[in-house]
Amino acid sequence: MGETTVTEPKLPLTDADRPAQSGVRGLLRFATAGSVDDGKSTLVGRLLHDSKSVLSDQLDAVQRTSAARGLDSPDLSLLVDGLRAEREQGITIDVAYRYFATGARSFILADTPGHVQYTRNTVTGASTADLVIVLVDARTGVVAQTRRHAAVAALLGVPHLLLAVNKIDLVDFDEAVFDSIAAEFDRYAVDLGIGEVTAIPVSALHGDNVVTRSARIDWYTGPSILEHLEQVDLSDTSGDGALRFPVQYVIRPRSEQYPDYRGYAGRITAGTVRPGDEIVVLPSGVRSVVSSIDTADGAKDLATAGDSVTLLLVDDVDLSRGDLISGAADAPVPVTEFSATVTQLADKGLRPGLRALLRYGTATYRVIVIRIEHLLDIDSLTEVDAPTALSLNDIAQVTLRTVEAVPVEEFRPGGAVGSLLIIDPADGTTLAAGMVGDRRSALRHRRTADHTERCRPTTGLLATGTASDQREAAVPSANFPTPGP
Amino acid sequence: MTGNTIQTLPGSLSAAGHARGHLRALESEAIHILREVAGEFERPVILFSGGKDSILVLHLARKAFHPAAIPFSLLHVDTGHNFPEVLAYRDAVVAGGDLRLTVAHVQDWIDDGRLTERPDGTRNPLQTVPLVDTIADERFDAVIGGARRDEERSRAKERIFSLRDAFGGWDPRRQRPELWDLYNGRHAPGEHVRVFPISNWTELDVWNYIEAEQIVLPAIYYAHEREVFLRNGMWLAPGEWGGPVGAEMLQRRQVRYRTVGDMSCTGAVESAASDVGAVIEEIIATRITERGATRADDKLSEAAMEDRKKEGYF
Ligand SMILES: Nc1nc2c(ncn2[C@@H]2O[C@H](COP(=O)(O)OP(=O)(O)O)[C@@H](O)[C@H]2O)c(=O)[nH]1
Repeated sequence: MGETTVTEPKLPLTDADRPAQSGVRGLLRFATAGSVDDGKSTLVGRLLHDSKSVLSDQLDAVQRTSAARGLDSPDLSLLVDGLRAEREQGITIDVAYRYFATGARSFILADTPGHVQYTRNTVTGASTADLVIVLVDARTGVVAQTRRHAAVAALLGVPHLLLAVNKIDLVDFDEAVFDSIAAEFDRYAVDLGIGEVTAIPVSALHGDNVVTRSARIDWYTGPSILEHLEQVDLSDTSGDGALRFPVQYVIRPRSEQYPDYRGYAGRITAGTVRPGDEIVVLPSGVRSVVSSIDTADGAKDLATAGDSVTLLLVDDVDLSRGDLISGAADAPVPVTEFSATVTQLADKGLRPGLRALLRYGTATYRVIVIRIEHLLDIDSLTEVDAPTALSLNDIAQVTLRTVEAVPVEEFRPGGAVGSLLIIDPADGTTLAAGMVGDRRSALRHRRTADHTERCRPTTGLLATGTASDQREAAVPSANFPTPGP
Repeated sequence: MTGNTIQTLPGSLSAAGHARGHLRALESEAIHILREVAGEFERPVILFSGGKDSILVLHLARKAFHPAAIPFSLLHVDTGHNFPEVLAYRDAVVAGGDLRLTVAHVQDWIDDGRLTERPDGTRNPLQTVPLVDTIADERFDAVIGGARRDEERSRAKERIFSLRDAFGGWDPRRQRPELWDLYNGRHAPGEHVRVFPISNWTELDVWNYIEAEQIVLPAIYYAHEREVFLRNGMWLAPGEWGGPVGAEMLQRRQVRYRTVGDMSCTGAVESAASDVGAVIEEIIATRITERGATRADDKLSEAAMEDRKKEGYF
């Protein structure tokens, strides 16, 4: 394959041509979290309904059921009620995904029901979220569950947090109630090191400030929930920095037309790549140069984080699935022992001495759990003594050791870099998911760094922190990797 | 032109340049998933019916492994009540030569008594057994389907990698949480994983992509005149499977199909949309879900889909 660039023909369709449907300011992935009965189903139903994302047959079904239950108006929570039945039967609760679009954006909502398995679900739902809506009941305010959800969002590096103070109608639309809840939550968020919090007073049941702004809450001048979702800044930093490209598959057609083609297929997880860029293959350390970036639509001059492409190299390198192609200038150093913040997702708990499989990037390694350093109390994000083994939903700091060196590096928000799974070799169960490094101290560092520049105008209304840098750019790498014992 | 060549004509999505549009992100995600399947499994297969979602999956697979051949074979469960236009499309795709197609005929299972015809003539629910049998016989370990999470409520929580036991069954307790883009495809011998690379696409995304990539679909997706009759609020096409009966009357209508399943339970919608652009306009204006409009079997009960999924249906 040469380094030719396909001249791109004039287009009948770009996303910008269809502002009425999707994509102009891209896609927002968000998650909802709240305790049972805070009004999460009603809020989500209201959001779908008032944004005209509910189709008539679905609405008919809800109207029929509501009427059958003797209700005057349709109970919008029924729109998203698929999981409620499960909850009542006490079986596994899952994250449900919902899709809607407005003139400004497309949305993927990860709906995570409040439940005993909350941590597992919230972690799963929030793992890919740009924003988490944490719901509270205005009558009870911030409760333990609220703090947990915020803590999980913070640990995962979710850049935006929205506090929905729901049932504001039940406290007579009282500004003082809202202000004190928003202020309390904000103090906690600052403690956690969360970059940005927005608080909005809503009545999901009556629709105030969900899609349209409420005339009944005249002291609040900020956006409705949907407006905020449409406007929130999604500046993407994943293209910054050096290339990371886990190789998924080697493409070798061995056809008449392409006798010697050898391309490395994958999805860029960080940085950008151009033909001519110097790369290093990890863990082998072999160096080469990118000769071309291939796709089914022709060769590219440039590809960036999120793109699925095929890289061709100048040299004949021995490379296979599981290898990492990295920018030569700033490559991770493979290690055999490192620390990670993990969430226990299955009943069989991690414990010292446990042998398992480690999934990192596209590679799978044998791994042994060396130590559980400590557990995180997720109500307060304080460290508590390590148990002998982790239980479902625990979040803990662990030290892992591998036989082969792994090019791990500090977790980055979004999880394209630095995320891992620990898998039971016996039956393939995903035992735990992890983030390389020490997430709690990473947040703490960020909090101290933020503290000076963050002057807090927390006088209710729109409690918005400094939006200057919601991402964790420069986390000191002192905690990582951990030195051996 | 058959659907088995990649369209890189004007209108190709690539021409959106570096604009990181929504469709492009969905495409990259689907390609990533398909390459994971190729990297992690021994005997993957694409469920290919000639319906638009499976055509889309095949198109994405071609893009994922270009310029090499797709490292998957194709599987079709033929109810015997398929639309001839759709079968012709399927066969044209395979005639390209580089794909191996296995067809499981529901009729064979009925003939040798492994299945019994239902009184209502509907064969959609009968697909499960031939599907599961064929997966076992052929030792397929990854079965790639075009299901989307926006289609139906119980699909909303489906995984991208969905673990099935040796009977094709789906046990909610054994489904693994999926975080970030780390997909865990490990399974015991005899088990397999169903993979849904277009989980995150909506019906509108699919049509926008079909337009952008100029993907050719069977003609019945666009408005055409057809003899149909009304049953349970749906326009059905007549056929050996048993219709029209009694007072049901054949009439000529201009219709198109939004899904193309078994003829006995796949209804047409009245429509004048004769090309992709018009279909897109119509979808934006329509307020009925694809399944609500055209799948009789989903109307059977609210839990219909959930039940069939537990049995191994897609
Ligand atoms: N007055 C009032 N009631 C609400 C509001 N939002 C939800 N509710 C009610 O609170 C109850 C629980 O709501 P639901 O959405 O099912 O809560 P979930 O468990 O968080 O999904 C239901 O009876 C709702 O009608 C609100 O804004 N105002």
